[in-house]
Amino acid sequence: MVAHQFILNGQSVTVETPADLPLLWVLRDVLGVTGPKYGCGVGVCGACTSHLDGEAFRPCIHPVGSTAGREVMTIEGLGAQGLHPVQQAWVTEDVAQCGFCQPGQIMAAVALLRKNSHPSDADIDAAMSENVCRCGTYVRIRAAIKRAALLLRSGAGVNGG
Amino acid sequence: MADALESDAAAPGGMNRRRFLTWVVASPTLMIAARLGLDVPEAAAAEAPVTEAQTPLSLYIAIQLDGRVVTTLPRTEMGQGITTAVAMLVAEELDVALDSVDVRSADADPRWLIQLTGLSSTMRYLAGPLRSAAAEARARIVTAAALRLRALAFTLTTANGEVHAPDGRRVGYGELAEDAAHVLLPAVSSQPKPPSEYTVVGRPTGRIDALDIVTGAARYALDLDVPGALPAVVARPPTLRGTVQSFNDAVARAMPGVVGVVPLASGVAVVAQTFAQAFAARDALQVSWTAGPASTLSDVDIRARLRDAIGPRPLPPLLTTRTVEGRFDFPYLAHATMETQSCVARVQGTQAEVWLGAQDPKYAQREVARALGWDLAPQRVTVHVVRAGGGFGRRFFNQVAVEAALVSRAIGRPVKLMWSRNDDMRHGHFRPASHHRILAHLGLGGSLLGWNHRAAIPTVELPHGFGDVLTALAGEVLPNVTSAVFFALSQRLHYRFGLVGHELREVAIPIPTASFRSVFTSQVGVANEVFVDQLARELQVDPVALRRSRLTSSRLKAVLEKVVSEGQWGRALPPGVAQGVAVLEEWESAIAHLIEVDVTGGTPRVLRVVIAADVGLPINPKGIEAQLQGAAVDAMSTTLSAGLHIDAGAVREGSFADYRWLRMKHVPSDIQVHLVRSDDRVGGVGELGYPSAAAALANAIARATGTMPTRFPILDEGV
Ligand code: FES
Ligand code: FES
Repeated sequence: MVAHQFILNGQSVTVETPADLPLLWVLRDVLGVTGPKYGCGVGVCGACTSHLDGEAFRPCIHPVGSTAGREVMTIEGLGAQGLHPVQQAWVTEDVAQCGFCQPGQIMAAVALLRKNSHPSDADIDAAMSENVCRCGTYVRIRAAIKRAALLLRSGAGVNGG
Repeated sequence: MADALESDAAAPGGMNRRRFLTWVVASPTLMIAARLGLDVPEAAAAEAPVTEAQTPLSLYIAIQLDGRVVTTLPRTEMGQGITTAVAMLVAEELDVALDSVDVRSADADPRWLIQLTGLSSTMRYLAGPLRSAAAEARARIVTAAALRLRALAFTLTTANGEVHAPDGRRVGYGELAEDAAHVLLPAVSSQPKPPSEYTVVGRPTGRIDALDIVTGAARYALDLDVPGALPAVVARPPTLRGTVQSFNDAVARAMPGVVGVVPLASGVAVVAQTFAQAFAARDALQVSWTAGPASTLSDVDIRARLRDAIGPRPLPPLLTTRTVEGRFDFPYLAHATMETQSCVARVQGTQAEVWLGAQDPKYAQREVARALGWDLAPQRVTVHVVRAGGGFGRRFFNQVAVEAALVSRAIGRPVKLMWSRNDDMRHGHFRPASHHRILAHLGLGGSLLGWNHRAAIPTVELPHGFGDVLTALAGEVLPNVTSAVFFALSQRLHYRFGLVGHELREVAIPIPTASFRSVFTSQVGVANEVFVDQLARELQVDPVALRRSRLTSSRLKAVLEKVVSEGQWGRALPPGVAQGVAVLEEWESAIAHLIEVDVTGGTPRVLRVVIAADVGLPINPKGIEAQLQGAAVDAMSTTLSAGLHIDAGAVREGSFADYRWLRMKHVPSDIQVHLVRSDDRVGGVGELGYPSAAAALANAIARATGTMPTRFPILDEGV
């Protein structure tokens, strides 16, 4: 049991857990941050997708020990200063059905758009195909990513990382 | 609490000719209850006062002091968008803003007439009572306002949660909520609006919970903050329904964070401070298992049993000159809901509480009570119904709640019990495998004399409440609804094909089953529509022309024409690219699919999907479109690549890595939905979009490759 310090959604947190505890369970069970979901626990579904230093990553297979001093952002942090354009686009396109995959989908989309402000269909396929949506909302996810890209290019309130 | 019942038999526009009642519930602010029921006497009911506490009911609408309208329903939101559609109907009739309506799922209670979410029944069943209850509430609000404002009730109008007088005075519903509770007789009509006056219903509307979902605030069972609830997971046998022979938990108990180990009928549960620790300790358990009842069965055996059950051909009709036969195999399917089976439970002394995304909460209540030895007192178990991360038929079954309750009692603490993805894939209830033989009997000159479809399907386990739902929807009291009764009720062929017969051969196979976005139509309806195309090839006619000439339903013809025109049926396409169509009428709705597929690559690629649906009155076109797009993805996934294999009584697939549900890169960017509206009935939507999507895809592949697919999923190498 050691103390691990990292930045979570802009605030420094310290937890005392074994170093190999996957971050997903530190977030959910220790810190009560429930936006990232469990869908597989082995990195194949994307339900837990969050950001580590601005890059999409999968907390279910990432030990807490390796986040020391780094910045973790979950869906809760994304909209902390008002809805992020990707969240806005998700609402406008009415993407969600059951919603369970959507925090992960949104975080994956934000990471994509940070690197690529004008993603093609092929770019979207490449970046988003490791996030399963069992309800089959892919058509609307694609439309929302394109809408968000437009919003971002037009400079609409970029914040929250 | 004796409240007068009012009969509201006449619904507008012929939308719902079923009978329902509304009445005022004794409460400090206005609260209206409503019910739909066959036992409601048509005329006399109005006079009969009923004790409110005993009256079975379908829903409540309450106006709060702050003006918010709270609707409580015995239904579960699992992604199908019912809360939004319900809020729209209520906002429409009450003339309040959509965002002032809250929709809540009721706890399990025997008073709810039907507390089951499935069979695409929610809106068909509840739209009438909802409209009546909301219209009744509005009439009483207006009456209370007339007294308050000393104005004639008929001169008052309502908008945006306020009553307006001709002289410009206005008063909010919240201010009238107490007075309205005491109105004896409404002074204005409490008839629902005619659909021609709708301004909210029918307008494409985003989900009312969209903001919660995109900010991560939406709470599913395991996100709830039940104080002290500890993570729990279960070590499960390798085979389906295997049992624990013996186990050694010495190592597991000593591991960090472990709180307790609890043996169950279904496995061995481990409770720990975090799920990660619970999983680690679970993996350290040493368990010897007794193999389950299906452990001698693998895919080949199951296929053989199903084929054997088909039996010899029946005699063809007289004058038959030729019989064409089609055979089809469908696999077991996992529902694979994105949220695995999950439940929070707190058992203390003689009371239990569970938080569960249940499709049949009353059944969950009884099952948990039975497990705790309280068969005769199910009311000791409170079932809080929570948002579910997908359902599709899986959440009619409540093993997770039974496990959570037993573990909570054993350790004396609340627990949150979660199935791993492996558990969920390998120990669920499955859409059963099936084998089908279709015989088309042809006479001289290409005439069709008969169609015989015999389906061999392992018995489908239907939850208790199905009988109630069907009774309510069918308008007559049905006998015990077994899967055979359900099959007979639900399987229809809307073609003039001579003598049509559908026969179910139930096969006892000890693998747990469930309905799956429709009960039998996901197999029977798909096979029928694929074989209609085969028949067109036999008769050397265009598949659309054959359907045009043989369909008996005008609604089906209309949706077919819609996809034919919108999808440009027959347009020139490069080699290896083809179109397929299929249709389905079910649950008072009709649908057609046109799918374009490219088979020039290694695997078929869907290029475009065009859907036309007639669901009667489309309450929320945006929600309907979402359901139909989602069902198309289900259909494409399970037709092409996702299916389960059974190896010696165990499910081979364990996650989305090998259960190949389609991903973003497989799904076309264009899944168009066109709505055709033949009348104002409210038709079912949730299950509608699957069967003809699967068949249209198979038909497109047949036309592109020249070979009719007969075994699904198509990309499976075989058993
Ligand atoms: S839960 Fe992390 S990828 Fe599935
Ligand atoms: S919205 Fe249900 S899994 Fe994506």
